[in-house]
Amino acid sequence: MTVLTLKEQPVVPLEAESLCPDTIDGKSEADVRALPLFHGKRQCRLDDFFTVDGTGSGDLELRGDLAKVKWVGRGTTKGRITVRGNVGMHLGAHMKGGAIEVHGNASDWVGAEMTGGLIHIHGNTGGQVGAAYRGSMSGMNNGTILIEGSAGLEVGMRMKRGIIAVRGLARDFAGLQMKGGTLILMSGAEIRAGAWMTRGTIVSLAPLRMLPTFIHACEYFPSFLRIYAKHLQPLGFSIPFDGQTGSYQRYAGDTSVPGKGEILVWKPAGPK
Amino acid sequence: MLRITGGKVYDPAHGINGEIKDICISDGRIVADVQGGKTIDATGMVVFPGGVDIHTHVAGGALNFARGLTPENQRQAARFVHSAKQRAGLGGPTPTTFATGYLYAGMGYTTVMEAAVPVLSAKHTHEELRDTPIVDKACFLLMANNELVLDLIESGDEERAKHVVAWLIWAAKTYGVKAVNPGGVAAWKWGKDAKTLSAPVEGYRKVTPARIIAGLAKIVDDLGLPHPLHLHCNNLGAPGNVATTIETMKVLEGHRAHLAHLQFHAYGGDDWHSMRSEAVQLADYFNTQTNLTTDAGAILFGNAVTITADGPWQHLLYQLTGHKWGNLDVENETGCGIVPYTYKGSNLVNAVQWAVGLELLLLIKDPWKVFLTTDHPNGACFWRYPEIVHLLMNADYRKECVKKLPEKALKRISLADLDRQYSLYEIAIITSAGPARALGLSQKGHLGVGADADVTIYNENPDGLMMFRYPRYVLKEGEIVVEEGEIRQAFDGHEFVVHPTFDEKIEDYLRPLFQQCYTMSFDNYPVEVERVHGMQVRALQK
Repeated sequence: MTVLTLKEQPVVPLEAESLCPDTIDGKSEADVRALPLFHGKRQCRLDDFFTVDGTGSGDLELRGDLAKVKWVGRGTTKGRITVRGNVGMHLGAHMKGGAIEVHGNASDWVGAEMTGGLIHIHGNTGGQVGAAYRGSMSGMNNGTILIEGSAGLEVGMRMKRGIIAVRGLARDFAGLQMKGGTLILMSGAEIRAGAWMTRGTIVSLAPLRMLPTFIHACEYFPSFLRIYAKHLQPLGFSIPFDGQTGSYQRYAGDTSVPGKGEILVWKPAGPK
Repeated sequence: MLRITGGKVYDPAHGINGEIKDICISDGRIVADVQGGKTIDATGMVVFPGGVDIHTHVAGGALNFARGLTPENQRQAARFVHSAKQRAGLGGPTPTTFATGYLYAGMGYTTVMEAAVPVLSAKHTHEELRDTPIVDKACFLLMANNELVLDLIESGDEERAKHVVAWLIWAAKTYGVKAVNPGGVAAWKWGKDAKTLSAPVEGYRKVTPARIIAGLAKIVDDLGLPHPLHLHCNNLGAPGNVATTIETMKVLEGHRAHLAHLQFHAYGGDDWHSMRSEAVQLADYFNTQTNLTTDAGAILFGNAVTITADGPWQHLLYQLTGHKWGNLDVENETGCGIVPYTYKGSNLVNAVQWAVGLELLLLIKDPWKVFLTTDHPNGACFWRYPEIVHLLMNADYRKECVKKLPEKALKRISLADLDRQYSLYEIAIITSAGPARALGLSQKGHLGVGADADVTIYNENPDGLMMFRYPRYVLKEGEIVVEEGEIRQAFDGHEFVVHPTFDEKIEDYLRPLFQQCYTMSFDNYPVEVERVHGMQVRALQK
């Protein structure tokens, strides 16, 4: 494992696409030290900002407050990145495989346009998790993003496939223009969840303020959620999959698009 | 002074077909001989006149709108990093201004024609062309939906219409007249289109697309513009539009005209399910016409951005694709629509379109009448021209590509039956000599004495793709600007304009109309001479 420790906070954000197992793998310590980073528009060496310990393996551990370090794990296809501290914008953007775990908070655009792999944030995240970059037609196209804390605006914006699970509260426009995939909101979301969604599923375990353009379809227990529950259980996220404990209110929409998406809101069974 | 020696020269304008001869250059021009100076040993290389793109969209309001509408393309685009010799920029389907110049020059092209400029955004266009280095440039002025002109056609005042057109050409500092979907863009302001050449345009009683086409073609001829009417026919992209295209050619009898991006106008069938190639029928008819030239407007599979003044077509394309859509209304002059698009080999319609472009290039017999374009960035990016050259020069490769098309498409095209292969001589015609002649640019597209010393030197290579993608040297006005794919120097090119004769009193007619209808004042409308960088006023035809 290669351990990189941030020596000092960069004055302006550090663009660090090279902090990625694909780049590090097989490189000597000297080569790792010489990897390019951009401090603002100025190109610098990795060891200008990080101390380097141990090389040879693709696995990477980053230590320190990396809140101003952007693009960590961009396009990762393999290996594991562990961040012990906060991390900056665009973590795991365009990621294709491997795993990223953050023991701290992450900023905006976590897993944006990713197509595979797992990202697990133990703290809070900013907005646009798994989203499409401005102008792109679709966001994350596969993979899993787990957030233990809260999430910012536009979580899962234009996502097409994959799963995002948020244990804390998500802010406005969760699932904006969703095209597919599954967004699980363990603590619900603020306003306008699912706006302009055309396909996909939003599951909320807390009551949601529904947009008027969503139509109540039925109250039922979708059997496909059992499969999701089994997938998420070992990852630490439990969603109800037992019809005895309650049911889901299904809302169809967003009819303003018009869309064929759905929002499932958990309704616990009342006292008998 | 410079001598290019030992190269195999292809100069179709002078009938030189692969002859080994020296090309001598002095003061930016081709000369008969030079004494001393630098020598380029071009032994084993092929010498072409610099490429001329007769129809492209590289500058102006519409293109800039497209750049803004497609940030996803910019993120994937080739990057030009700032250096002592070049400015920073991005490639992709809608390259930035400086990158446009580098990409064209890097491919051996030295003259490009921006094919759609409204007067209202002409200043913007010229500013961008000023920042497009190396290549020489010129613009075509959008005219077939200009309500000032349509009103005069409605009232039958053709003489005044001629003076208005001439005044507008000079006001915009342009080189020719472009007609896009005549009447259709004006009708689009009412949410309509102009699909029938003989039917009155929405909002008019007497103005029909046919009258606009014939009227503008006559005006262009009467004014003696070096390039004939540059026409984007009605019903672009629609199944069955071949009938409209042939009818348009009949309307043009007796006049010169250039039909733009013919590929988009050569479809049969009644709807998208039955759409097929009618390249054979269209080429057969076109081959009998002596007054016309055309460019292919070929498509290649991959990302593109469709940009056209043809607003109604763009709205239809948006509805068909569900992609992003941009729409601009340019006051009384024209409109504009933008839809990003990806051509897919697995898509039946796209497969037919791909074949039609190549079929037209192969079926139109006279290479002096059909030129290589992709209607950049509508059919494909201009920097992919070498891919088309390779397809034209290698029938076996082409047939292998055809085999990959959907089986349904094979029944609707005739490309698999075409064995013609372009020679280097013919490639030199369709990429340089032919378009230069059609544009009336007497100093371009050839290597005769007096021509601009715009020369492209390729390493001779049986792989046409490699050969044309990476020229060994590109010379502009006798200076080496590109060597082995690297920019050596990037100076500014020229802009060609024409100054047709008009009655000065026409301003008395136009001024009150402007004050009444336009959002800008009449005095601010024309493009100032000093705004056009390196302006060269070209002579009119007698």
